[in-house]
Amino acid sequence: MQPFTLLDAPACPLPLSNVDTDQLIPARFMKRSRAEGYGQFLLHDLRLDSEGRPKPDFPLNDPRHSGARILVARRNFGAGSSREAAVYALVDHGIRAVVAPSFGDIFSANAVNNGLLPARVEEAAAERLLEHLEGGGTLRIDLSACTISAGNETFPFEIDSVWRVKLLNGWDDIDLTQSYRAAIDAFAAADARARPWMLPATPR
Amino acid sequence: MAPGGPETLFDKVWRQHVVAAREDGQNLLWIDRHFLHEGSHHAFNALRARGARVARPDLSFGVADHYVPTRGRGGPIADSSVAAMVTQLEDNTRANGMELFGLRDPRQGIVHVLGPEQGLTLPGLTVVCGDSHTSTHGAFGAIAMGIGASDVAHVLMTQTLWQRKPKRMLIRVDGKLGPGVSAKDIALSIIARIGADGGQGHALEYAGSAVRGLSMEGRLTLCNLSIESGARCGMVAPDEVTLDYLRGRPFAPAGADFDAAAEVWLALASDPDAVFDREVALDAHEIVPTVTWGISPQDALPVDAVVPDPGREPDSARAAHIAEAIAYMGLSAGQRLDTISVDRVFIGSCTNSRIEDLRAAAAVLAGRRAQVPGLVSPGSSLIKRRAEEEGLDRIFRDAGLEWVESGCSMCVGMNGDLVPAGERCASTTNRNFKGRQGPGSRTILMSPAMVAAAAVMGRVADVRPLLAGRPLGDI
Repeated sequence: MQPFTLLDAPACPLPLSNVDTDQLIPARFMKRSRAEGYGQFLLHDLRLDSEGRPKPDFPLNDPRHSGARILVARRNFGAGSSREAAVYALVDHGIRAVVAPSFGDIFSANAVNNGLLPARVEEAAAERLLEHLEGGGTLRIDLSACTISAGNETFPFEIDSVWRVKLLNGWDDIDLTQSYRAAIDAFAAADARARPWMLPATPR
Repeated sequence: MAPGGPETLFDKVWRQHVVAAREDGQNLLWIDRHFLHEGSHHAFNALRARGARVARPDLSFGVADHYVPTRGRGGPIADSSVAAMVTQLEDNTRANGMELFGLRDPRQGIVHVLGPEQGLTLPGLTVVCGDSHTSTHGAFGAIAMGIGASDVAHVLMTQTLWQRKPKRMLIRVDGKLGPGVSAKDIALSIIARIGADGGQGHALEYAGSAVRGLSMEGRLTLCNLSIESGARCGMVAPDEVTLDYLRGRPFAPAGADFDAAAEVWLALASDPDAVFDREVALDAHEIVPTVTWGISPQDALPVDAVVPDPGREPDSARAAHIAEAIAYMGLSAGQRLDTISVDRVFIGSCTNSRIEDLRAAAAVLAGRRAQVPGLVSPGSSLIKRRAEEEGLDRIFRDAGLEWVESGCSMCVGMNGDLVPAGERCASTTNRNFKGRQGPGSRTILMSPAMVAAAAVMGRVADVRPLLAGRPLGDI
């Protein structure tokens, strides 16, 4: 996974709360393999009309925000289902960070597993950033310092400390877990004695 | 790892699953049950890319539910891309030596209905699935949560998951529910109270006399909707209701093994002096039939309330949400909720498709006609059979509703069961997100009895007058 350290890039304001995973990627687009790419489905039904034409008033279609690699939204971004395809759609569209006052728990975990930064800011900071980006603009996100700079203003953001290290290094959980193999085997052996009822019974 | 001070139910189950605890707060948790549906293809692909094997196929179970057709089960699946999803799950589970509850299995059903029904879900377990409504299984006193594809791959390969211990929230509901008021109404009232992100970072425990008074079916509905308040899991402490439900289930322990396990399970209840990070209390007497009016499950109000007015909302972000929601739903500020017309109804989903839910809806529909079309999809093929034995299918059919096979169906529309654009659907499901039931669909969430009332009236309606003089049963 690509490490995330410093990102200085165009950002797009999305002044919506509760941007749920069904908005991020509607369920009908989740059958294809990841290799085929999910970027074209990002926010599909908000971004495109029923004929598949870009809606001119949707921020991601605004030429002033073209090439956005950062999204700024209101609270509860990524609420809803566990579909990791919501993160695939963002990442494949070129987004590397989402800034919002709160995120769905499962979405955040999925984001970090794919190198996408979910940066939590105060509501007032989110509103200020949305304002700053109205006519277009860039943000500078420093993950080491946990700060977001917009022009002369700098705002702190929060992220779980473990996730921060994971993103900074581009680490993958599975490689790490393999180093715990002995502990896992020992746990499983002891647990089988302590909780014999845990194993599914042979159906009667 | 002996317990120190008093512990909550969640603390106890968590502690028993910690394989390794890192100084930075991350815990490697052992996973007891892993359910996989058709959406698991990304995870199986990741497994293949690494040349890895499934660590514990005996603890992993495949369930075909998200894409399965609800009609014409005898023949091939008409939509080839949908058929491919079902076949892919069959291939992946077979290749990895795990049990599959497939399309033609008489036990097939929605994963969160089937797991409990088969006795695969037990108290004190950790349960994961690549589906956010995995919180449902917490009704047994299990830590059950939804995970994404990367974590599904991690569990497949290691039978473990890295997690930071969440905060604990106690939701206490005391008192007796009125007639026509159900677990769904409790859940919607909780979400409206704490907000769609109120549970983020928390594990919920539902307690109090009203929760104790719920059947397992009701508790499953309650825990199912935990994720709609942002909480990854919700739990109810195991008690005699739990044990009675589990006795004799196919995969549950039997005989002396069951009795030994039951003793352990009953000891999982939160200690009387256990401390929670947050406590919320609701009075069951005050809960009435509740419906949603907007595009987030937190947009829920009593059926006799009115649509909120964004002009009277001081918080600008909230006002923007209300305006967006009522525009999407085609409503006007100040409109009475019980004047909202509906075009269609759906009874089904992991939230409300169990036998008790079907009985509740049938009790309202018996001898009446629905004014609008609708679909009834039981939560499992076994529930379907039981409902037919009880004659419930005839009540639904006589009312003009379609009685179909089991699956996620119109809750998420992946199999092609869709609500047409612009239509309002009174639905027993869990999410009223924009386009959830199909592009442009407008979902109104409510209980099965309330959906039946909406079907009969052709609009959102209080079910209670329709119950007058009828046997209430389990409603």
